Amino acid sequence: MADTLQFDLVSPERRLASVAAREVQIPGADGDMTAMADHAPMITTLRPGVLRVVHRGGSDDYVVSGGFAEVTAGGVSVLAEQALPRAEVTQAVYDEMLAAARAAHSSAASDATDAAAKTVADMVAVGEQLGLAAR
Amino acid sequence: MPSLKDLKNRIASVKSTRKITKAMQMVAAAKLRRAQDAAEQARPYTDRFNAVLAGLAASVGGSDSAPRLLSGTGSDKVHLLVVMTAERGLCGGFNSSIVKLARTRAAELVAAGKTVKILTVGKKGREQLRRDWASHFVAHVDLSAVRKLGYTNAQDIARDLLGRFDAGEYDVATIFFSRFQSVIAQIPTAQQIIPAKFDEAEAGAATLYDYEPSEEAILADLLPRGVATQIFAALLENAASEQGARMSAMDNATRNAGDMIDRLTIEFNRSRQAVITNELIEIISGAEAL
Repeated sequence: MADTLQFDLVSPERRLASVAAREVQIPGADGDMTAMADHAPMITTLRPGVLRVVHRGGSDDYVVSGGFAEVTAGGVSVLAEQALPRAEVTQAVYDEMLAAARAAHSSAASDATDAAAKTVADMVAVGEQLGLAAR
Repeated sequence: MPSLKDLKNRIASVKSTRKITKAMQMVAAAKLRRAQDAAEQARPYTDRFNAVLAGLAASVGGSDSAPRLLSGTGSDKVHLLVVMTAERGLCGGFNSSIVKLARTRAAELVAAGKTVKILTVGKKGREQLRRDWASHFVAHVDLSAVRKLGYTNAQDIARDLLGRFDAGEYDVATIFFSRFQSVIAQIPTAQQIIPAKFDEAEAGAATLYDYEPSEEAILADLLPRGVATQIFAALLENAASEQGARMSAMDNATRNAGDMIDRLTIEFNRSRQAVITNELIEIISGAEAL
């Protein structure tokens, strides 16, 4: 049995990663999940969160928001609307993302406020996980 | 016949024009490479996105609960044409060919008794359409301040489109842009984005997936993003096409300027020789008269 799976992370603007990974931890809309080789094929939408890839050389973290992940037996492709390597998410970048989420919340239509509020809460949780202050 | 001095000035001015067009051509070549890179970078995302969306659409599409972005509003009375052109001119037929396609389509729709609304992206298209279709304009997106096209630009346009769709302002949206094929060939293209249309082929080899949350929920989440994705892809194609068109237009201009300089130089030399001959004749005939 193969113990690695092909991991691709793409955003609309660039391809961020394409590596052979041992496991991928995905912040799914209905909860976190870890995909390993020979996972049953599935598609899940993403919530804002931290995506961790464990591979031979260690592990990489990415902050993703929006989009979806496609898991097949041989690989995981994550199509994130916004994705940044952990190192690029500084306090300033995080502030901007949080402000955008809050702005979306305050301008959301009445039937979408719950979803927008959840996005804001997810963003705050991301900040806690990264050790960045939510201002 | 122009005097020697006139010709000299003329040659100097054409020479400086040639310098400018040459510089523009080289700038366009550099920008083209960047635009092509950007388009290349975006391709994996767009391809995968469309493949997954097409698969989903194929499995959910038939049911009554399908989202309106997929099934449409049930009528096709009001058409929104999104005409995407450049912010700058001097790029050959690039803007005109997109506008021409849009104009033909608009005329067809009006002839068929539909209502046409036009949203323009890029200043040049708006200027060209203003004469005949100004009364159909609903909005304009100005990208002249944008130095590097980002996904957020596409998201802004998509948000505007979706807002209008939800408000029931139109039934069908089509984008007009130019597909980049090569430096000398850009193909003006019309693509319907709302309601979403997919190639059957794309959905063909669908694996059976587990969906989390449900298929319908994912589809409802992805369709609006799909609009932004398609607009982004179109913007990038357009940017590459614009630079390609400008590059070949400026290459032609440079060559023409070169030809013109050659012609003018010959004319200049001839008239210089004529002046000398004239003077000689005058001197000789003057000497003979003595």
